[in-house]
Amino acid sequence: MQQITIEPVSRIEGHAAIRLFLDDAGRVRDARFQVNQFRGFERFAVGRPFFEMPTLTARTCGICPVSHELASAKACDQLLAVAIPPVAAKLRRLLNLAQLIQSHALSFFYLAAPDLLLGMDHPPESRNFFGLAAADPQFARDGIRLRQFGQQTIERLAGRRIHPSWVVPGGVDSPLAAPAREAMLAELPAIIALVRTHLERFKHSLDRHREHDRVFARFPSLFLGLANEAGTLEHYDGRLRFIDADGAPVADDFDPSAYQQAIGEAVEPWTYLKFPYYLPHGYPQGMYRVGPLARLNLAGRCGTELADRELALFRALEPGPVLGTFQAHYARLIEILYATEQIERLLAEPDILDRRVRAMAGVNNLEGVGIAEAPRGTLIHHYKVNEDGLVEWINLIIATGHNNLAMQRGILQAAQHFLDGTPPREGLLNRIEAVIRSFDPCLACSTHAVGTMPLTIDFVGSDGLLLDRLQR
Amino acid sequence: MSAPILTLTIDGRQVSGLASETVLQVAKENGIAIPTLCFLEGLSATGACRLCMVEIEGSPRLHPACVTPIQEGMTVTTDSKRLFGYRRAIVQLLFSERNHVCAVCVANGHCELQELARAFGIDHIAFPCRHPALEVDASHSRFVLDHNRCVLCTRCVRVCGEIEGAHTWDVKNRGIRIQIVADLDTPWGAAATCTGCGKCVHVCPTGALAEKGKSMAEMRQKRPFLPYLVANRAEERK
Repeated sequence: MQQITIEPVSRIEGHAAIRLFLDDAGRVRDARFQVNQFRGFERFAVGRPFFEMPTLTARTCGICPVSHELASAKACDQLLAVAIPPVAAKLRRLLNLAQLIQSHALSFFYLAAPDLLLGMDHPPESRNFFGLAAADPQFARDGIRLRQFGQQTIERLAGRRIHPSWVVPGGVDSPLAAPAREAMLAELPAIIALVRTHLERFKHSLDRHREHDRVFARFPSLFLGLANEAGTLEHYDGRLRFIDADGAPVADDFDPSAYQQAIGEAVEPWTYLKFPYYLPHGYPQGMYRVGPLARLNLAGRCGTELADRELALFRALEPGPVLGTFQAHYARLIEILYATEQIERLLAEPDILDRRVRAMAGVNNLEGVGIAEAPRGTLIHHYKVNEDGLVEWINLIIATGHNNLAMQRGILQAAQHFLDGTPPREGLLNRIEAVIRSFDPCLACSTHAVGTMPLTIDFVGSDGLLLDRLQR
Repeated sequence: MSAPILTLTIDGRQVSGLASETVLQVAKENGIAIPTLCFLEGLSATGACRLCMVEIEGSPRLHPACVTPIQEGMTVTTDSKRLFGYRRAIVQLLFSERNHVCAVCVANGHCELQELARAFGIDHIAFPCRHPALEVDASHSRFVLDHNRCVLCTRCVRVCGEIEGAHTWDVKNRGIRIQIVADLDTPWGAAATCTGCGKCVHVCPTGALAEKGKSMAEMRQKRPFLPYLVANRAEERK
C-alpha cells in the first residue's frame, strides 16, 4: 500500500494535511483530511468570567472573529436572561453581514479564484493571488474592493476591522453614528453593481467546471442551518433545521438550546478536528453539510429582490437541493449580493440610530447556548457558569467541524476520480486541495493566502518505508 | 515651622525642594519624568515596584525615588543606559510573573503596565513566562478580582486602609507566592469589612480589579479622584 501526503494544504485558513492511501495498483482506497493544529479554547476559557467570552473566543480566528463574538454574545445574553434592545439585534445583524461579505470575498477572490481563473494545472509558482492580479488586474482589484467594503463596514460599526470588542453580552457597546451610516449607504450602489458583474462572470464560467462540479464532494447528504419563520435566508437568529438530500426537513425545526439532542460529536485519533454528526442517523451515517450551500438549500427564498432572482437561477441547476460542493462558490457570490441588499435595507430602518443598544444584567442563568451562521456555516457556543459568572464548562462547534465528514468523503471522491491508477502529478493533487477550498474551511487563525506553499508528497510503501518524496 | 529648603542636582539641573520631599516629588515638580507603577499621588509610598530607581552620586547602589528624601547637594541621575535596562527588565519580569493577555483584558488601552511596556519598547518577553494557575474572584456583586492580572503594587491595600479606612485588602504569603486577600483570606463577596466603595478598582494600574460585566477595554479607572479626596480629608481634619 502506498500513501500520498499533501502537506500543508495551501490557500485555506489554518494548517492541515491530506493523506491518500493507495493500493498496489495505485488506486485510492481511503483519504483523510487531517487537521494537525490544536487550539484548546474549550480548556483554557474555563475559569474566566463569562463577559470576557466574546472577545476571548473571537481570538480563535482573524478571519471571522465577528462570528465568534456573535455566537458568544448570544450565549451570554442567555446567561443574563435578557432580551436585547431591538436595535442592538439589528446592529449585530449588520456586523454579521459585513463579515459575510469580507470572508466570502476572501474565499472566492483570494483563495479559490487562482484555481478557477488560471486553471488547476497552472504552474504553482504563480497559481496564487499575485499571479491572478498579473493575469487579470481588474478582477483582483474588484476582489480587494469587495473585501475592503466588508472590513470597512465592520470598522464603521465596531471601531476596528479585526477583533473589535463592540459586541457585548446584552447587546452592543455603542450606537451607530449617523456619519458612518451615510458613508455605508453612499458606497453600496457601486458595491452591489460590482457583485452582480462577478456573479454574471461566474455563471458564464460554469461550463468550464463541469468535471469539477461532478466530483468535488457531490453526493447526497443532510444540510443544517438556521431557519426563520418568514422562510428567508437567516444568518443571526431563528431555529435549527436539518433537511435531507431531497430538500425535505428530516425533523421539526428545533431550538438552538437543544442542539445536543440532534448533534453528536465523534473523535478520531488522527485529527484534532471533531466529527459532528446528526445523532438520530448515527456515526458516520449522520453526515451533514453547513455553509453557504446548505443555507441556500434550506431557505425558502433570500428575501431581497436581486438575490432572489439569482437564487431562482441557482435552483435551476438541478432538481432538489444542489448537492455538489463546487457550487458553494456560486452560493457565496449570491450570499454576498444578499448581504449588500440586506445591509442597505437595515441601514434604512428608522430606528437604526437609536441609542438604547445594551441591556445590563448579572448572572440569571447558569447555562447558555448561542448560535449564529458564520460565513462557513452554523457556529455553536455553549457555556455553563457558576453563580459568580465564571465559566465552568464550554463547548464550541465550529462550522468547519460540521463539514468534517463531508470533507473526508469529498476528498475520497475526487481522489478516486483523478488518481484512479494515474501517476500523481501536481495538477491532479491541486484538484484534491481545491475540493477542500470549495468548503472554505477555517482551521482557525492563520491564512496561507500569499505565495507558493511548500507541498510535500510522501510515497510510503506497505512496510511503512519512505519510497519517494516529491516537493514543489 | 515649615521644612528647610534644600538644593540638589537632578539630571544636571539645579533644583530645590523642601527637606520633607522625596526625589520623585522634586523631580516631578521640575518636569522630570521618572517611571512609576506602585506609586500613586495621594497614597503612601512603598517603593515596591522598583521602577523609579535612580542613581545617586557617591552611592554604589540604586535608590527608589519615591521613598528617598532629598539631601543638600545630592546629585541624581534619573535616566541612564543602566537604569533603562533595569526598568525594561522589571517590566518584562512583571509580565512573565502572571498571565497578562492584553488582547482580552478589560483594561486594554487604559493599563499602566501596558503603557510602561510601550514606553520601553517591549514587544516580546525575554524571560520564560510562569503561567501560574490563578483564580478569578468574582464573588462580589459589583466587582471582580483577577489575580492573573495583579502586579502586587498594593495600591488597593493602601487606598482601602488609608483613604476608605476599611482595610479590607491585605497580602498573604511571601515572595513569589504573594497574593492579595480580602479580610482574612475570604472571598471578596463575603468580606464583612468591604464597603463596596470601589476605590480599589479605580486605583488598580491593570485590569486586576474591575467593574463586573465590563468587556475588553471597557474599564476606565477614574484616577484623578484621589488627590481631591486627600485634600478634602486634610481640610476636614483642620
